[in-house]
Amino acid sequence: MSGDFLLELRSEEIPARMQAGARAELEKLFRAELRSRGVVPGAVTVWSTPRRLALIARDLPLVTDPVREEIKGPRTSAPAAALEGFLRKTGLTAAQLSERDGVWFAVKDIPGIAIGDVLRDVIVALVRGFSWPKSQRWGAASRHTDSLRWVRPLQGIVALLDGEVIGQGLGAQFDGIEPGRETFGHRFHHAGPIVIDGVDDYAPKLHAAHVIVDQATREAIIRDGAHRLAAEAGLELVADEALVIENAGLTEWPVPLLGRFDPAFLAVPPEVIQLTTRINQKYFIATEVARLSGAGHPHPTLPLEGEGFRGLRLANAFVCTANIAAHDGGAAIVAGNGKVLAARLADARFFWEQDQKTPLADHATKLARITFHDKLGSLADKVARVADLAEWLAQQGVVPGADPAQARLAAELCKADLVTDMVGEFPELQGIMGGYYARAEGLPAAVADAIRDHYQPAGPSDPVPAAPVSVALALADKLDTLRGFFAINEKPTGSKDPFALRRAALGAIRLITANALRLSVAEGDLLAFFAERLKVQQREAGVRHDLIDAVLAQGGEGDLVRLLARVKALQAFVGSEDGINLLAGYKRAANILKRESWEPQAQDYVPEPAETALAAALAAAAPRVDGALGDEDFTAAMAALAGLRAPIDAFFETVTVNDADANKRANRLDLLDRFRAAVHKVADFSRIEG
Amino acid sequence: MAEPATSPSFQDMILRLHAYWSAHGCLILQPYDMRVGAGTFHTATTLRALGPEAWRAAYVQPSRRPTDGRYGENPNRLQHYYQYQVILKPSPPDMQALYLGSLQAIGIDPLLHDIRFVEDDWESPTLGAWGLGWEVWCDGMEVTQFTYFQQMGGFDCKPVSGELTYGLERLAMYVQGVDNVYDLRFNDAGVSYGAVFLENERQMSKWNFEVADTDTLFEGFRRAEAECRRAIDAGVPIAAYEQAIEASHLFNLLQARGVISVQERASFMGRVRDCARGSCEAYMAKFADQWAQHFPGWSA
Repeated sequence: MSGDFLLELRSEEIPARMQAGARAELEKLFRAELRSRGVVPGAVTVWSTPRRLALIARDLPLVTDPVREEIKGPRTSAPAAALEGFLRKTGLTAAQLSERDGVWFAVKDIPGIAIGDVLRDVIVALVRGFSWPKSQRWGAASRHTDSLRWVRPLQGIVALLDGEVIGQGLGAQFDGIEPGRETFGHRFHHAGPIVIDGVDDYAPKLHAAHVIVDQATREAIIRDGAHRLAAEAGLELVADEALVIENAGLTEWPVPLLGRFDPAFLAVPPEVIQLTTRINQKYFIATEVARLSGAGHPHPTLPLEGEGFRGLRLANAFVCTANIAAHDGGAAIVAGNGKVLAARLADARFFWEQDQKTPLADHATKLARITFHDKLGSLADKVARVADLAEWLAQQGVVPGADPAQARLAAELCKADLVTDMVGEFPELQGIMGGYYARAEGLPAAVADAIRDHYQPAGPSDPVPAAPVSVALALADKLDTLRGFFAINEKPTGSKDPFALRRAALGAIRLITANALRLSVAEGDLLAFFAERLKVQQREAGVRHDLIDAVLAQGGEGDLVRLLARVKALQAFVGSEDGINLLAGYKRAANILKRESWEPQAQDYVPEPAETALAAALAAAAPRVDGALGDEDFTAAMAALAGLRAPIDAFFETVTVNDADANKRANRLDLLDRFRAAVHKVADFSRIEG
Repeated sequence: MAEPATSPSFQDMILRLHAYWSAHGCLILQPYDMRVGAGTFHTATTLRALGPEAWRAAYVQPSRRPTDGRYGENPNRLQHYYQYQVILKPSPPDMQALYLGSLQAIGIDPLLHDIRFVEDDWESPTLGAWGLGWEVWCDGMEVTQFTYFQQMGGFDCKPVSGELTYGLERLAMYVQGVDNVYDLRFNDAGVSYGAVFLENERQMSKWNFEVADTDTLFEGFRRAEAECRRAIDAGVPIAAYEQAIEASHLFNLLQARGVISVQERASFMGRVRDCARGSCEAYMAKFADQWAQHFPGWSA
């Protein structure tokens, strides 16, 4: 025998962005509350609309399992007062206790509880214990501090177990909201209450009242509808799943509608149109189906937040999602939304045109008024530093093929768009607008692209700039930020990284490694910080962090490209048979050297063959290792080390290091020390794990 | 769009809202007779939101935003506009339904137009106030701010008040199907909004941005601040609050004149906040005992 349970918590509009979290919280809390009462439900389904959270749990046991609880008491030999205390605590008499191994035990049998009573407690725990990102009080009950809190005013509770109302009388605890079987349908399409019989008629009855409770169904209606409308208009929708979910969180009866805007607005960059439609109005946009020829179009299309227009021209169309099936098929809604969008686009076009009346170089002068950081000066100061560094990176050939003058120019203009009206309105477009304005001014494409891309890569999946001027500027910007904040001791600690230095370091690492840039990136603390980021970043590529440490321990390798080449050669070596054995020999040598101390002495005995062989091998290997390292041929350096494996093995097999003869002992320790030094030319093997 | 022939004029829309909210138990008050940035500043909202007593009021509040002036050249932006403000305390359980009824009263059919409640929380650091709510969308346009006050003057609202703020010009443009605010029908006898306010916008924009004497404004700010403190000390918190309003508006004018630097801005805002909060605290202190007597179990 088992039961099915329906719970609906109906409220005023729940913010769309909170609904997925609320569903997860509802299921998590429900399961946890049941578990703490020894109940495991069968399938649990959670739904949300803007105005309700719903949960259906099937196959609940009708009665919980009885529980036997045993409480350990005092020893039988303990003073009488201890026993009396225990009896008071448990509410039992001495006759009811049992004794085992000289200790009193109280045994309580807790009988099974009807699931209805359990659910009643669960409802209270859910409503009182629900965690919202932000919650509020409301109504007359809020005169008192302990009134209910919910994301917005809670209006009704449906709680049915196999069709019977659960939690009657709880209204007193819920500011008068009495659990029952009545709910309400769509705000405008259905008047009056709907009576629910149980789990099976809940969704169908609401559907008849113009409410689709399953968010996945609403999402599909929006996704498919928007695509279909675009296709019917001969266009292709720009897919945007986050927007699908948001619109599903704003509607109980979604109806996608396609509208058009004045094509003259297409003179504004597509990123701007997408942002204003998406963020301000929550509309989808569409592209023409035919591909652009590429050249000649005034606005080369760019990827935005990884979605992009894939080289397609933006169309003068939008898809909005209404929450009603309007009398007139949506004509008035489309007209109204079109008007609002036109006003927004007119604003955007005004900014676009206004911003271009001032050259970027003039915009840039205003950066002197904006503080970058109290101790690091204004944004203009930062720009001046970045310009010097970008130019230097180009001049020194660190970024091959970058024109130093272009790198400097791009740097001097790269932050100018921060004071434009458009970026003031849409901060997300920083860089992108600068690129557009630079192009419109007739600046070289390499300069405009560098301005556009200099914040890249910002996230782990962002593309890494490859054009030389872009690389020089993107790297200079990040290095300046890192060097500046480290110089004033504003380093990230724990989870706190207010200046996003981890992201800057990761971006610099990706720029350097993807473009094989040869420079010493930093020293001291900052290099250690880079090393930490590098380890995290390289972990996914399968590079061992201990090997990075082993190479870094050789003394401040700030050239990340060389560092990684060395680490990769080392990783291949320590995975080979020679490497594994050499590492074993190294550890044995290092352990001995760690324990012992000695004074160097002139050799006064005839060395054993293994000693002579090891000394000869070291003499041969050392220059080969040095030469290979000098040539940055790390594989050859490893091969040279591999030549030491057999001699060191033979040495340990046949030679006693701690010989009773002090001269022998000292010379053999010396030999091991030279062996360790030779290995250390490549990496600090003591840092290698395993 | 509603048909222009049947849609209410600007003044008729106000009259319909008055009739509607009057029928739902609101006192119909007049604007506060001082320059303010929003209807929330009216004592009928801020001070009445404090304490346990029930309160329902509706009024039009002329609102001044000096930096929004556009010399009468922008179809949507004004340095002086009207807000319709409703405060219902405690917030009634059917507050959303009441609000939607008011939209129908001015001719918006919710089965023809798409009305939506979109998350938008409200915060006024100046008033030490915040609340949760929505901006209400009609066919994608924000027509009303809907807020459940949680704190005012740094005090928890006990009980919570529900506040509705309609942007009257914007709503009228929507209802009348007009793209330029100056083209609104003010009445049904041929007078436009522009005929009433266009010259006002031109002159006041010029004064706000170019003419207003900044020394006088700074001096006025200092005097208002000092007077606010004197009024608090004298146990007349309503008078103190008026001085806080005055300081707030003078600060806005100084902003429009572009004479407050970024660094100074935070300090000026802090001074306005201290005046407003101090007034609310004094108001609360004056009545807290009395309220606690009349409402057993209530405490600030």
